[in-house]
Amino acid sequence: MRLTEEEKQAAVEVTQAILGRLDQGDKGRIIPVLQQVQSKLGYVPQIAMEEVAAHFGVPPVDIYGIITFYNQFRLTPPGKNQVKICMGTACHMRGAHIIQEAWERRLNIKVGETTEDREYSLERVACVGCCTMAPVVVINEEVHGKITPTRVDGLLFSHQLDKRKMKEGDANNG
Amino acid sequence: MGNNNTAVVSAAFEQLKAAAQQKWEQLHSKPLILVGAATCGRAAGALSLLEEVKTELQKLQLDATVLEVGCMGHCYAEPVMVIYNEGFPTICYGYVKEGVGARIVRDYLTEGDPGIEFALAAIEPNDFFPTFQDFPRGVYENKIVMEQCGFIDPRDIDHYLATGGYSALVKALETTPEEIIETVKASGLRGRGGAGFPTGVKWETCRNSAGDQKYVICNADEGDPGAFMDRTILESNPHLLIEGLAIAARAAGAEKGYVYIRAEYPLAVERVALAVQTAKEKGLLGKSILGSDFNFDIELFQGSGAFVCGEETALIASMEGQPGIPRHRPPFPAISGLWGKPTVINNVKSLSYVPYIINRGAEWFRSNGTEKSPGTAIFALAGKVVNTGLAEVPMSTTLRELIFDVGSGIANGKNFKAVQIGGPSGGCLPEEALDTPIDFDSLTKAGAMMGSGGMVVLDENDCMVEIARFFLDFTQKESCGKCTFCRLGTKHMLDILERITKGRGKPEDIDMLMELASKVREGSLCNLGKTAPNPVLSTLKYFREEYEAHINEGRCPSLMCKDLIAYYILPDKCERSCDACVGSCPVEAIYDNEDRIKVINQEKCVKCDSCMVACPPQYKAVIKVSPPYKVAEMEQERGKK
Repeated sequence: MRLTEEEKQAAVEVTQAILGRLDQGDKGRIIPVLQQVQSKLGYVPQIAMEEVAAHFGVPPVDIYGIITFYNQFRLTPPGKNQVKICMGTACHMRGAHIIQEAWERRLNIKVGETTEDREYSLERVACVGCCTMAPVVVINEEVHGKITPTRVDGLLFSHQLDKRKMKEGDANNG
Repeated sequence: MGNNNTAVVSAAFEQLKAAAQQKWEQLHSKPLILVGAATCGRAAGALSLLEEVKTELQKLQLDATVLEVGCMGHCYAEPVMVIYNEGFPTICYGYVKEGVGARIVRDYLTEGDPGIEFALAAIEPNDFFPTFQDFPRGVYENKIVMEQCGFIDPRDIDHYLATGGYSALVKALETTPEEIIETVKASGLRGRGGAGFPTGVKWETCRNSAGDQKYVICNADEGDPGAFMDRTILESNPHLLIEGLAIAARAAGAEKGYVYIRAEYPLAVERVALAVQTAKEKGLLGKSILGSDFNFDIELFQGSGAFVCGEETALIASMEGQPGIPRHRPPFPAISGLWGKPTVINNVKSLSYVPYIINRGAEWFRSNGTEKSPGTAIFALAGKVVNTGLAEVPMSTTLRELIFDVGSGIANGKNFKAVQIGGPSGGCLPEEALDTPIDFDSLTKAGAMMGSGGMVVLDENDCMVEIARFFLDFTQKESCGKCTFCRLGTKHMLDILERITKGRGKPEDIDMLMELASKVREGSLCNLGKTAPNPVLSTLKYFREEYEAHINEGRCPSLMCKDLIAYYILPDKCERSCDACVGSCPVEAIYDNEDRIKVINQEKCVKCDSCMVACPPQYKAVIKVSPPYKVAEMEQERGKK
């Protein structure tokens, strides 16, 4: 994925601010640093990995190895709204795959992808620990339990409604 | 430690405790409303309940306190609310849906009507209303670790102090580390992470290892899909864990501790971080704790989502900034762990028992459970059981008691088929095995595993081949790739299982699965690989006929495998003027035939289950058939009539 110069610049600045004056020998800080980069940018671009590698004096490929080993890290920017489908046992037995297909159909993307307008991205997550509310979907940080295909439509609709309201609010204010 | 120091410690502690108790009493001097707002409660709408109650109190100008607490385990009834009101028995309300919370508060606090129609049970015995102990669940439940969960504010250290918290740490400071180790060893506490290694022995090994720098780590990387008890403890009573970790540090001779916690549990991370900070402010962590010579500090480390990091050497690798790949043991971490220093790694639950053992003694702990597995076990009941949630029961309770008494049996009047215990490393046990008592050894003997205590109940509609495929899919993805058999063997097994669930299985597949399973078990270094074949082996052992139906007939007996089923509308049952299914179909696959009976266009159907849910229960016209070609036969049959 190609980044614009501004995006690169921003990524470098964010990473350097996080690295700050961290002890270069303290390799135990590598993963926490990457986690902070991801929470600021939403993903970890190549240029940020190179910055981190240079700071700790390890080859960039090692950082890439860490990024791709752990499920938490993303290599591409997420959508504005992240839809995460829980794939725990309880959710699976209560039809998480049906829910996954419903989202894929509605958003017209596959799991791991972001919609054209970068509005939604779809992911699978390991158990979020709400097994009693299965099947579960996490939208941004909000957990929704007992999802059915029709509720997927409902959630999307209410989301779009909120957005329209917000836009109208903006228009009114402006 | 000198005797004069003991006096300093207890004086410092008594001061903290007195202040906390005063605050606690003040809290109970007016009506107190607790809302269970752990992640599970929030998913059910606890936060809007909280808002609703607060707004109602403000509207009525009532003087009452509203607190956000953790989860007491009755997840099936979320959102849950507890009201303390002077002169009335304390009542716990369940299923507090929108509008109900405000109504209960209004009726109770203004008119004295406690609204018992919404009550689950009373908290303490009284003359009016049954308590939790009066239900079948209460007969078996024996809460130790979960005693305070859902009754204290996890963000307020004073609540923990007022209810007896940190007194075990004081006791531990007054005795020698050797005595602590002796007590824990005598209690017979076994690691609750799944392997069941004696906790006291681990501490002793670390204490006796050479080196001045030692570490204690709490493993809160609860990665088992289907287990959520660690999350509940972390979110509902984080100080219990901190106290346990501090005692472990004192025993093992460590001055630095870590809580390795899953990043997927943001609320737990937030609450533990706050708990560590407040404990430091009160002088219960940090340099010379309570004026003693014991220094101990805790740092949080967020796990980045790798199941294998629950394995202790992989966990250490990830803390050292590497991919979480396990290494050979020995040397065990208690001898050479984090940065090569002696390190104790304990599960959240193991550590949470420690304060109670120190306070109440080894004998008391041994009085629960069995000779070889003393204490209680916490199970996360989920799946097709009526009362899902967390249950803490003594070891030796049988599976039948747990599922049918504590969990109130199978939901929707279906039949029990199997119970999956121990997550991806565990197995599926059928009806015959239900009288197995729960402890580390008998579960392993039956072909499952204690694991972390996730328990998913399966009914007649759950396909055993599919569940085996699901777990293997999980372990295959989570395999770190170090051992060839785990990396490639699980992939190969998964391919075979996928083929079977798609109806393309071959008769020799079953033997091939068995052979691969034993090779993967032998050829893997860590328990992820060693136990990965368990779900396949246990389902093959108890449900072989289901595999055979898939392979030989292309039929899924439980009507679950998508490629082997089709949806069909029974013309005799379809109510012509009802269009419920038509509206629910996301792909417009349902149409009216000439006599307005609904028909599914099989080419268009995506098998989303919506029409089956939408069809009103008095008609029940939508059915699933397997193998799918039967639909054509049925349609032809109808054409002839």
